[in-house]
Amino acid sequence: MLFYLLRRLLYAVPIALGVTLVCFSLVHIGPGDPLSSILPPEASQAIVDRMKREYGLDQPLPLQYLIWLGKAAVGDFGTSIFTGRPVLAEIAPALVNSLIIAVGGALLGFLLGIVFGTVAGYCHGRPADRFFTAVAITGVSVPHYWLAIVLVIVFSVELMWLPALGMTGSGGTEFTFSGENFRHMLLPVIALSVIPMGVVARTVRAQVAELLNMDFVDALRSKGLGEAKVFRHVAKNAAPQVLAVMGLQLGYLLGGSILIETVFAWPGTGLLLNNAIFARDIPLLQGTILALALIFVALNLLVDVVQAILDPRIVR
Amino acid sequence: MLHANKRIGAFRRLAGHASAAALLAAAALAGPAFAAEEKVLRIGMTAADIPTNVGQPDQGFEGFRFMGYMLYDTLVLWDLSKADLPAKLMPGLATEWEIDPDNHNRWIFHLRQGVKFHDGSDFTADDVVWNFRKVADPEAPHYDSKQAALAAVRIPALAEVNKIDDYTVEILTKEPSAYVPYQVSFWFMSNQEQWEKVGSWAEYAKSPTGTGPWKFVSQTPRAQVEMIPNKEYWDPDRVPQVDRVVLRPIPEASARVAALLSGQVDFIEAPPPDAIPRLKASGMNIVTNAYPHNWAVEPSLKEGSPWRDVRVRKAANLCIDREGMTQMLGGLAIPSKGHMPPGDTWFGKPTFDIRYDPDAARALMTEAGYSSDNRASVKIAASTSGSGQMQPLPMFEFLQANLNECYFDVQAEVMEWNALTSFSRKPSNEGEAVAKNINGSIISRATQDPYSALERVFMSSRIPPNGSNWGLVQDPFYDEMLAKAASTFDLEAQDEILAQVHAYAVDNAQWIWVVHDVNPRALAPHVKGFVQAQSWFQDLTPIRIER
Repeated sequence: MLFYLLRRLLYAVPIALGVTLVCFSLVHIGPGDPLSSILPPEASQAIVDRMKREYGLDQPLPLQYLIWLGKAAVGDFGTSIFTGRPVLAEIAPALVNSLIIAVGGALLGFLLGIVFGTVAGYCHGRPADRFFTAVAITGVSVPHYWLAIVLVIVFSVELMWLPALGMTGSGGTEFTFSGENFRHMLLPVIALSVIPMGVVARTVRAQVAELLNMDFVDALRSKGLGEAKVFRHVAKNAAPQVLAVMGLQLGYLLGGSILIETVFAWPGTGLLLNNAIFARDIPLLQGTILALALIFVALNLLVDVVQAILDPRIVR
Repeated sequence: MLHANKRIGAFRRLAGHASAAALLAAAALAGPAFAAEEKVLRIGMTAADIPTNVGQPDQGFEGFRFMGYMLYDTLVLWDLSKADLPAKLMPGLATEWEIDPDNHNRWIFHLRQGVKFHDGSDFTADDVVWNFRKVADPEAPHYDSKQAALAAVRIPALAEVNKIDDYTVEILTKEPSAYVPYQVSFWFMSNQEQWEKVGSWAEYAKSPTGTGPWKFVSQTPRAQVEMIPNKEYWDPDRVPQVDRVVLRPIPEASARVAALLSGQVDFIEAPPPDAIPRLKASGMNIVTNAYPHNWAVEPSLKEGSPWRDVRVRKAANLCIDREGMTQMLGGLAIPSKGHMPPGDTWFGKPTFDIRYDPDAARALMTEAGYSSDNRASVKIAASTSGSGQMQPLPMFEFLQANLNECYFDVQAEVMEWNALTSFSRKPSNEGEAVAKNINGSIISRATQDPYSALERVFMSSRIPPNGSNWGLVQDPFYDEMLAKAASTFDLEAQDEILAQVHAYAVDNAQWIWVVHDVNPRALAPHVKGFVQAQSWFQDLTPIRIER
């Protein structure tokens, strides 16, 4: 097990390095000039050159990459060109904010997904199966930004029950676990939960339906085990695959949904990325992508380990 | 009878005292709730973040509008109190200014006395000199490269600023420039004393103080900035009427609309045209007005471009159904009659009437040698969105369909806004424009001062990187007249020259002008007193909240 863990950790290193290279190159290959977000269009070449020198953008790209990597390795992601604030100070609170709705969305989505999937799996081929499968397919197919806009129109604009945007009514960006915070997070959480709900429901349904047809289930039943106990065996056997899917879904959610966070002006990494892209704020863009990619790598690692614990055959 | 009257009078007095006492008691019990409710104006901006608050703002003219002219003042301000006339310059921190009759490179500015920064320190000539070093002297301890970059394009003529006495400064220019009053209207005065107290611009940003009508209270990055009225503002007519203003960056247009409809803000910038009927149905007031802006195709006159032929440019101008496009935009546009909006001071008297006349357009194209089988091939760079770009893609498609009816073959080179502004930093006979054979570009322009409106786009010395003459206009008429305007210190005479330049530009169909934006804003019904000036800047001080 320890060897397996070490091997997975070692795999993660080249992946992380590859991620840094890809995110650095992609950001620099894109059209546009990183300084044009802060310089008026008529800024003279002399001014552009001076600013480039100040931000180190006059260096050759490989050198810029190495300097950036060296600094990022010790936690210095540079300074945002657009705001002049340290990138880390921008990313850290945004990550926490994305985490809050991601966890909320994941919990709601996973819970509904497991319930719907299990019911559908048990009622394979019957109307209940068709109904919950339709719900799951709808969850996966409906564009969640569209759903977000519909939720805003219904609950904020028409009914005026819930706020349309932000994290607090006073524009705060810190989650203080107040009732107001929870009211603001409700719509984004619902909008975020539909895709994981659909994906998890479909996986759970397929797993449950397949496992119920297996010989060991007949054997358990013939031994006189109650349905609740049989279900525990089924759940344990379905867990590794469902967990892998959940891990990936949580990873996607943690990455912050650019669209959902933009629609709800939720101050997370998605909104930060969106703003950084439009402002061509390269240090912020690189820092945010890197942080998210590393979280994704770490989360995959975690899922692998948990899967190995649940199903020791994976280690072999 | 007399006694009876006395008794009634005494009873009434007693009853009066009793009811007054009851009211007082009720007031005391009700506590703060009985006090007048705080009047807060909450604004949804289109910017993605709070504009820089240390003096020279970023985020284009939205930053000027919502940070610059609110916290700070400039030597010369814009009169934003009228909706029916284009905004004009007016005295700001300077009460008067004049050119030295013996030296046309020297302006004298007389400063307003008794003006105080928000921290109570006096505004004097030393502050003006210090603020010039802030953006022009890299050796100065308080030099700020970002503010310098932002200011450099606004005050290009200024070479030196010196103190004559506590309330008089001289501004020396690189060459005679009559545009100095316009230029200094874009140069904001930060507080020297405050900066020296805190020692850096990063610290200054935490508690910025200017001389403007609003005082900074607090700021949450990317979320909001709060300001309260400066009750001691030097212009009593511009002391804000509300108790507090909250500015929120909400770049997503539909999120801004939802925020207004759900009561989270009271005032939004740039609602999208398709949301206007819904906003109106909810009782919101849609405010629009002409302002110095244009949305046009800047044609390239480089070798091989069909736009070199004036008949082709005129045909294109005659082939656009501007009324139809305005209708498509929900009425939120003014059809162009030239480079400046109709009725502008510098509109002049052009003879070429820009209108929709496709038959005349096709006749001109035939004369120029084009037909339905031999079309003029044009490729235009357009953006997907961007500051002042309105609805660039549907508008481009409308334009394309129009021009294709008149023997044009219009192709698009669609770029993201930031990429388009980078693209325009090279003239049309260099770089990407050559590689991709692009011979037109759509970048909306501000036209509120002579340099921005005419000089930077029509003067041959303003070909990038020295200006925005991307299309390579090289005409001795513009060069001579615009140089003359820049050195004509009598404003009326200057206006007359600029009007001649504009008329010449229209008669030569120098650009393919389409529409002018009307800068729509949506206001909740309880927002009163807002006057939308014909300007990129607006004054929030007269706004009242009446629920």
